Amino acid sequence: MSLELAANMGAAPKAEIPSDSPLAIRGMTVSYGQKPVVFSVDMTVAEGSMTAIIGPNGAGKSTLLKAALGIVQPLAGQALVYGKSLKAARHRIAYVPQRASVDWDFPTRVIDVVLMGLYRELGLLRRIRPHHIEKARACLERVGMTDFADRQIGQLSGGQQQRVFLARALAQEADLYLLDEPFAGVDAATEKAIIDVLKSLRSEGKTVVAVHHDLTTVRSYFDRVFLINTRKMAEGTVDDAFTSDNLNQTYGGRLATGQIDQLELTAG
Amino acid sequence: MLWNALTLQLGYNATLVTIGATLLGIAAGVTGTFLYLRKRALVSDAISHATLPGVGIAFMLMVLLGGDGRALPGLLIGAAVSSWIGLLCVSWLTGRTRLSEDAAIGAVLSVFFGFGIVLLTVIQTMGAGRAAGLESFLLGATAGMLFNDALVIALGGALTLVAVLILRRPMALLAFDPEYAAARGINVGRMDLAIMALALAVTVIGLKIVGLILIVAMLIIPPVTARFWTDRTDHMVMISGLCGGLAAWAGAAISAVAPAMPTGPIIVLVSFGLFVASLFLAPNRGVLAAYLRHVRFQRRVHMRQGLLALAQGQPIYEAYTVRLLNRAGLAQADGVPTEAGRARAAKALRDEKRWELVRADQAFESAAALYDGLRDIETVLTGDQIAEIDQRIGGPQGVAS
Repeated sequence: MSLELAANMGAAPKAEIPSDSPLAIRGMTVSYGQKPVVFSVDMTVAEGSMTAIIGPNGAGKSTLLKAALGIVQPLAGQALVYGKSLKAARHRIAYVPQRASVDWDFPTRVIDVVLMGLYRELGLLRRIRPHHIEKARACLERVGMTDFADRQIGQLSGGQQQRVFLARALAQEADLYLLDEPFAGVDAATEKAIIDVLKSLRSEGKTVVAVHHDLTTVRSYFDRVFLINTRKMAEGTVDDAFTSDNLNQTYGGRLATGQIDQLELTAG
Repeated sequence: MLWNALTLQLGYNATLVTIGATLLGIAAGVTGTFLYLRKRALVSDAISHATLPGVGIAFMLMVLLGGDGRALPGLLIGAAVSSWIGLLCVSWLTGRTRLSEDAAIGAVLSVFFGFGIVLLTVIQTMGAGRAAGLESFLLGATAGMLFNDALVIALGGALTLVAVLILRRPMALLAFDPEYAAARGINVGRMDLAIMALALAVTVIGLKIVGLILIVAMLIIPPVTARFWTDRTDHMVMISGLCGGLAAWAGAAISAVAPAMPTGPIIVLVSFGLFVASLFLAPNRGVLAAYLRHVRFQRRVHMRQGLLALAQGQPIYEAYTVRLLNRAGLAQADGVPTEAGRARAAKALRDEKRWELVRADQAFESAAALYDGLRDIETVLTGDQIAEIDQRIGGPQGVAS
């Protein structure tokens, strides 16, 4: 139904997408109340790429991710994960939600949060064994948080909390990583630690998609961009799609020309 | 006498009632932890008040069908059905209208309870003799409880406990991070309903012992008590179960000795006692510990400030600081430093200089993050590192006099 809808909206089907794309979104529309936040959006994530989802505040960046994951119910549209339905391939996705979405006074330790990443492996009743703990510790090691394993999560700084969230996603050993503003409100050391981990994931052949805010780092962090402002504005490699024309269209003049000039954009 | 009750030596029936109550208490504490963590504790109040019409209707039905209106299983089924309807009303009002959850709870709670009271009054006029005992569902009573009733309660408590243990992981995941839980494929709506269904089971099973007005206390007070003692979910579940079981056991024993006392309120009071003790005595999160921590911190601040003032030859204006230095043998009563005081002051000033360097140098970033103006630098850096810093600072810093 979603494909027809997309066609009706005039979004003519583009070149055929390889059916095994890590994430293919078709005709996705999400609305809160009567106002669509995401409208008939198609997105195709290239395997082994690092994609930044970019757009102004309230443009539906996070909502698009949440709809793709089934966290919010879309009005129309669907997402295919490695060519399969979300239900069949959900275990191949690791999601890192926004840090502000949880209560950090929750009675749980850093290591417990990472162990949540093993939810599928542990199931309902299996006991947590030493090798599970070891795995969780190895993930903490990757984000440089080993020393904090036994801390209550509320004692961490914002950046450290974000790293713990990333460690939990790593524990899932997924193939596709979806991150919602992983760099929002974190310190420089954390930003470096996170981008290092993400780049090492890419070099292992994994796919990374992140909602991203900071236009100045797009070029150095990502190889593909997806520009959205309720509708899809552009999609492609950084060189092709991260252009001043596309940015102007996406942000609708909310970016000063001076700002755009500083981004070392390729000529539109 | 009370000792006999506590050690289960008061006859078969009283023993079974005490065991049943204890199991119920454990189940309530454990279930309540997840309600509390999901921040839905008050929904249980709506659930419990919504049981009353079910009790009344079940009684009437059983009498009409020629049975004994007081048969506990029948009454509990009625209670479960009507409180489930109440729960669905709260969910519907919250999800489909613009009413907030607290307003929905208030509305459902009062309407169902009012309806239940009307039914109970009707029953009273219908056949006073046989109806006697239904009011005990309000505040709970274990006196004269039948063997089979106690068995139903004990079994129900045990089954609820098993169900909570099976669902503990998804429930904890949902309570901590609902979005992540949804991304992992947990059906958030259904899991929330499962948590509520477990609370409903505890409520219905507890009707006879604690009564519907106070059952909410058995679901809320133990987890709140447990929160004082731990920062881990699994420990919190266990401590909460322990507190709930302890309170129910003691409460049932007390009311076995004094049958005129209502069981529910006694259990709640015992539970409250545990809460107050935890509030004051718990390490880390307790009031007393927090106060001591504050006093100790204040003392460290004053000591440090005093030493730095001594080192720089400045007068100390605060009497408390002078008193602290004097007590530690670092200064005389008039604030003049002793020999030991001079040495400590010089070290404090030197540490201050070392910290300054550490905080300015990127290489010490992780150590600098621990700076709070009070920490001894030896606890953060190795002897070699400190020696290196000292070399950079240059000759020893004397005490200005």
